[in-house]
Amino acid sequence: MTSKVIPRTETSSPTPIGAAIELRALRKSFRVPGGDVVRAVDGLDLVVAPGEIVAFLGPNGAGKTTTIDMMLGLTEPDSGTVRILGSTPDRAISAGRVSAVLQSGGLLSDLTVAETVELVATLHHRPRPVEEVLTRAGIAEIGARRVGKCSGGQQQRLRFALALLPDPDLIVLDEPTTGMDVEGRREFWHAMRADSRRGRTVLFATHYLDEADAYADRVVLVREGRVVADGTAAEIKNLAAGRTVSATLPHARPAELLAVPGVDDVEVRGDRILLRTKDSDMVARHLLTETTAVDLEITSHNLESAFLTLTSGAH
Amino acid sequence: MSTVVSRPVRTARAHRGLGFLRLELRRMLRNRRTMLFTLVMPPLFFVIFGLRSDYRTESFGSGNVAGYVMVSMAVYGAMLATTSGGAMVAIERAQGWSRQLRLTPLRPTAYIATKVAVAMVLGLVSVVAVFVVGAVLGAHLTATAWVFCFLLAWICSLVFAAFGLFIGYLLPSENVMQLLGPALAGLSFAGGLFIPLHGWFATVSTVFPTYGVATLARMPFGDTAGSSIAAAILNVTVWATVFVTGAAVLFRRDTAR
Repeated sequence: MTSKVIPRTETSSPTPIGAAIELRALRKSFRVPGGDVVRAVDGLDLVVAPGEIVAFLGPNGAGKTTTIDMMLGLTEPDSGTVRILGSTPDRAISAGRVSAVLQSGGLLSDLTVAETVELVATLHHRPRPVEEVLTRAGIAEIGARRVGKCSGGQQQRLRFALALLPDPDLIVLDEPTTGMDVEGRREFWHAMRADSRRGRTVLFATHYLDEADAYADRVVLVREGRVVADGTAAEIKNLAAGRTVSATLPHARPAELLAVPGVDDVEVRGDRILLRTKDSDMVARHLLTETTAVDLEITSHNLESAFLTLTSGAH
Repeated sequence: MSTVVSRPVRTARAHRGLGFLRLELRRMLRNRRTMLFTLVMPPLFFVIFGLRSDYRTESFGSGNVAGYVMVSMAVYGAMLATTSGGAMVAIERAQGWSRQLRLTPLRPTAYIATKVAVAMVLGLVSVVAVFVVGAVLGAHLTATAWVFCFLLAWICSLVFAAFGLFIGYLLPSENVMQLLGPALAGLSFAGGLFIPLHGWFATVSTVFPTYGVATLARMPFGDTAGSSIAAAILNVTVWATVFVTGAAVLFRRDTAR
């Protein structure tokens, strides 16, 4: 059963002009050892407008990394289409319009921080100055340090500096703070946030709710290779902060229930109704006094449980 | 609708390409282990094996035996240098660096070309080191032989640059050189590079890639039989084809998604 998707812009609408990211019916399966086929991405649609900061939120194994690899042209989808800034991922990359911070690896330990940036700068058409990207990533003072001697957080900010080199329109980050300590995470997001004021489009994958909450304008929840919820951070929070009032009410009409003051959302399962609300007292009072509802139950859920409900598939 | 930025002029790209090559070279030259294997070991081997007193007086073709050993060690040095240069892709793949590079406009073929260029520069450095030590310590060659032995030892090592790339794509391992070092030493013995082989050893040796390169590099001494030269040319052609094809196939598999 699919969890309720928060109403937002219909993602199956025609292509918005100049979308930063446009993924349509994306699918990718892998054969795992033992011969089983795993559907990592299973019909994923996503459109991101220019300037949006989007959190791609989901548990491990939800298909976030595979989706990002397809956005960057590192993996070819089995079916579906990927458009990045109106062209293919390869062309967007070679034009320096999109760059990425990947999860791990990808650095040469025998180079210094500044040398790494210098080396990658020679590969771009019109790179920003080395000093500038080091400063913007917050690692100007450790330019002479060997990469192998840097902490995980420093290495991640170095990857971020590399991603800033082409001055891209879109930055994609795959779980950028995995394995960092609290301080490292804070510093990374500080650098990230300071930079994103420039109107760049940012999409970052994460499995930390608080990161999605603190740094994204929009949160896209993924589970089993699909988008299961999509809304602003506030909408997701409201969803999480509310309670569900359930009761047995035969022949209930969803439209009437939705008109009840305080009801945000209605689900009808046979004789059972589930009303999502931020004011459960008022809704319960209404049900017991104005309708024939019986067997009333009120359940609350916090951010964590909403996330789990939406992303685990369990009801 | 956004359009892809038009390609900048060719000269600008060539300039950037050189910048990448320069930084890659600096990286290579700074690697102490690589420098030890390519700059110190081959001249040292020459000093150990090529300077017995009678080697300087004993002649080989138009030169002396010391000169013969010098050319052999130059081939060995160039081989080590170009193989490790090519095998750098193994280390870079293992560290995930090649994935990072795929997020830049660098084309895979340009990456390979850079690796080959770096390997060949390293090979050149190694040949120069052995020849300088040889010239100072009593190797004797005619002027023409100095030039042609030098060029052949260096250029033929392209075969081993391809070998290094092939192995680099075959084994994504950080420790690939620990495997290749002994393997190359074994191939050097088997191909008659370190010591001249006789009888059926000599016959078997003609199939090893080291045999072709060594024989061609010694050709300017004027003491090589025509049949050996023909065998060496065939040997180099076959092995070059095998390594280049192997590297190309694996490279394509690596860049395919």
